[in-house]
Amino acid sequence: MKLPGRAIEIISAFKEGEISAREITEWTLERIKGWEPKINAYITITAAEALRQAELLDQKRKNNKPLGRLSALPVAIKDNIITKGIKTTCASRILSNYIPPYNATAVERLLQEDAIIVGKTNMDEFAMGSSTEHSAFGATRNPLDILRVAGGSSGGSAATVASLAVPVALGSDTGGSVRQPASFCGVVGFKPTYGRISRFGLVAFASSLDQIGVISKNVTDSALVYAVIAGYDPHDSTSINSPIESPFFPLDNIDLTRSRFAVPEEFLGEGINEEVRGIILNALSRLPGKIEKISLPVLSYAVPVYYIIAPAEMSSNLARYDGVRYGVRENSEDLIEMYELTRSRNFGDEVKRRIMIGTFVLSSGYYEAYFKKAAQARRIISNALLETLKKYDFILSPTTPTTAFRLGEKLADPLEMYLSDICTTVANFAGLPAISIPCGRDKNGLPVGLQIMGRPMDDRRLLSVANEIEKILSEG
Amino acid sequence: MEYEVVIGLEVHAQLTTETKIFCGCSTNYNTPPNTNVCPICLGHPGVLPSLNQRVVDFAIMAAIALKATINRVSYFARKNYFYPDLPKGYQITQYEVPFAVDGAIEIETETGTKQIRIREIHIEEDAGKLFHPESGAGLYTFVDMNRCGVPLLEIVSYPDIRSPKEASNYLKRLRQTLRYLGICAGNMEEGNFRCDANISIKPLGSEKFGTKRELKNLNSFRFLENALSWEIEYQKNVLGSGGKILQETLTWDEKEGRAIPIRSKETSSDYRYFPEPDLPPLHIEEERIEKLKWLIPELPWERETRLIRQYGIREYDAELICSERGIADYFEKCASMFNDYRTLANWITTEIFRELDRRNLKIESFPVKPEDLVELIKRLKAGELNLSTARKAFTIMIDENKTAAQVISEYDLVQISDTRELESIVDAVLSECAKELERYKAGKTSLFDFFLGQVMRKTKGKASPHLARELLKKRLEEI
Repeated sequence: MKLPGRAIEIISAFKEGEISAREITEWTLERIKGWEPKINAYITITAAEALRQAELLDQKRKNNKPLGRLSALPVAIKDNIITKGIKTTCASRILSNYIPPYNATAVERLLQEDAIIVGKTNMDEFAMGSSTEHSAFGATRNPLDILRVAGGSSGGSAATVASLAVPVALGSDTGGSVRQPASFCGVVGFKPTYGRISRFGLVAFASSLDQIGVISKNVTDSALVYAVIAGYDPHDSTSINSPIESPFFPLDNIDLTRSRFAVPEEFLGEGINEEVRGIILNALSRLPGKIEKISLPVLSYAVPVYYIIAPAEMSSNLARYDGVRYGVRENSEDLIEMYELTRSRNFGDEVKRRIMIGTFVLSSGYYEAYFKKAAQARRIISNALLETLKKYDFILSPTTPTTAFRLGEKLADPLEMYLSDICTTVANFAGLPAISIPCGRDKNGLPVGLQIMGRPMDDRRLLSVANEIEKILSEG
Repeated sequence: MEYEVVIGLEVHAQLTTETKIFCGCSTNYNTPPNTNVCPICLGHPGVLPSLNQRVVDFAIMAAIALKATINRVSYFARKNYFYPDLPKGYQITQYEVPFAVDGAIEIETETGTKQIRIREIHIEEDAGKLFHPESGAGLYTFVDMNRCGVPLLEIVSYPDIRSPKEASNYLKRLRQTLRYLGICAGNMEEGNFRCDANISIKPLGSEKFGTKRELKNLNSFRFLENALSWEIEYQKNVLGSGGKILQETLTWDEKEGRAIPIRSKETSSDYRYFPEPDLPPLHIEEERIEKLKWLIPELPWERETRLIRQYGIREYDAELICSERGIADYFEKCASMFNDYRTLANWITTEIFRELDRRNLKIESFPVKPEDLVELIKRLKAGELNLSTARKAFTIMIDENKTAAQVISEYDLVQISDTRELESIVDAVLSECAKELERYKAGKTSLFDFFLGQVMRKTKGKASPHLARELLKKRLEEI
């Protein structure tokens, strides 16, 4: 048996009675199991819960009860998105025993529409990293070449979608964590406008940058799932209180010849691999519409700015993992020592490195020089992007400066690793929607991603344009 | 050398909203430990705060009453530190731009009224509570998170206070104001109205402030005054003997009668404040302020002035009566039925205050209602009761929850003001006390009060004191 490829096809096959939810789920779990020894995409596979849910859905259909918009669609969830009763570890030893008492809003909305959660995917610890090597549960490998990384931090979600085990997975994107692994694995990664998907139940890394995103084989599948989980949530004061355009799906037909695209030269210059640049330029040449090269020198400050703001916020967000109420505790008769042992033994090196950076840049005497300056720089970069998007509809660039690198290749040099985010962080600064779609392969057969950034709140048009471009690029 | 004392107070007032500041849990934390909690106030991974708008309304009311300027936009911030009663590892508070600034409270001092300026008012969340069992549990400390997320207003004064007495007057006025607004229970012992003090001294006339020290654990007005007085003496002694004041935080130990240092400047934490990314800026529309102005009751100082003017009562009584909104309401209810306002005021500030205190009651649950009190006083004024029987009737009214009329008839308390009846009692007393009468005649006139006492005793206090005195005097002159 083979499952239809597209989410929309799976859902309609189930609704039409061509296939049962049980069959879909069993097939999916089989496929996951087959790939796991090779790629390690999951921290928890929720086989029993998924089969129970499938059973309920089959009953529901048999009894002609109304079926949700995502009926029987298998979905994998990044392990930093809270699932009630299902272990949620953030790939950290400190939460290795944590079973949450509630559901993230995004998960709640998936379940309300009858999606089936098949497992929790691997990631860099607390979403900090660009390779999914910083996981307490081992690295995830790229299904296209298992000697290479899947990217990160949502590496598990990208890998499981790329291995065709699930059509859709949720990830989170703070500086590129959905788009970069999607690019490395040759799939679609969509980060919506900040505030479009509730962050309630997304374990915070850098709250002002974090956004849940969708990884899928194609743009329409991302759009389908996005339309379900997006929208205002009173539990998240930063979520945007304006309705999602309805009906959101199917996407609009866009006449690309009437779209204006900007390509910042800073994203095609130094630091961008030759071959990647060539593939991107080739892809651009195939697009109709007005494509103009622009220059935004402030963009070159993006990575240093990101590596001040994100660690600052995370150093505060991760303070709650203190061994007092939940998670792992190292016992001691002394309170301070209990804190120290718990945190030093159960956070990984990358997390500890960033806690130290973040604590430093917020401490008195350094706050003005680092955090405040970075916040100002962030505003300047955001404004530059917003200004550009007044003149242009979209900004195009490579998603990543290189294709997937080898495991271990950049572990020794954090700064080198941080440069993976050179093209992606700026979207998070300004809260812009951004998507990565595959646009070609290098000589090793490794995929290259094209990043499209749009105007805030222009998610629908961004997805529609991405859908058109995807069509053009897939034609030979 | 003469020194000038400089004091500023930081007050934390818990707001009496139904639910917590960032989640839907009840603010009642006197329930069994960890029962009014949820993933949000427990700081579980992934949770976010959403601001309770009632808290904002209460803050607006406080700012109006304290004549502070409400910032049209204020921001929340995180104050980061580790402690087991702080689930998120940070407190959500306000820092760079607080909710309101530049308020003031007027207090009475020996030299007249004085303004104590308020520097800022900010909105924040309370932490939980730790319990260190003294026996049994051994190494463990218990944490109760019920109080986590109870809304607080932090009200910070300028260093305008010059004596312990001024400090407690300021604190009393502030507490009274918040209670009038109905936004804070104001019970210091229970911790819903807490105070820290910053204090320094400087040579009289000097421009430069001395090194300030912070006093904590000032759980009552008395503790506050005691602690400040102790600290002033301490600082004077240190400076007087050529020493240097160390910047320290101290906790007041009332039992020992001294302040104990808990941390120095060197060991104080760096709170690493930064803007709270989970909460948008707090915008306050003019319209909202205008709406809430209607909910501001007459404030204590306004009411004091009005009561003095309207009822002609003494300033001192007005102050006592207005100490609580409920008591002032009680007084005015009485005053609407009876126009001897001074007598009313006198009864309330003596008899009622005494009984409230003795029985640990609130005026709202006091069994003698205004109409009952008025009836009692009317009967006193009409001569049906004398002061002592009226007092007696009053306590019985409270004990048995009865009206004045019921008590007077049941206990036969009507005053004897019948001349003939009293005359015969006076005669009886004088004949029973022949020995004393002899001594009186021999010139020991101070025995008059003894005879009067005997008359009162014989009538169980019901004799009209005035008439009894007159009749006794007449009889003794006759003899």
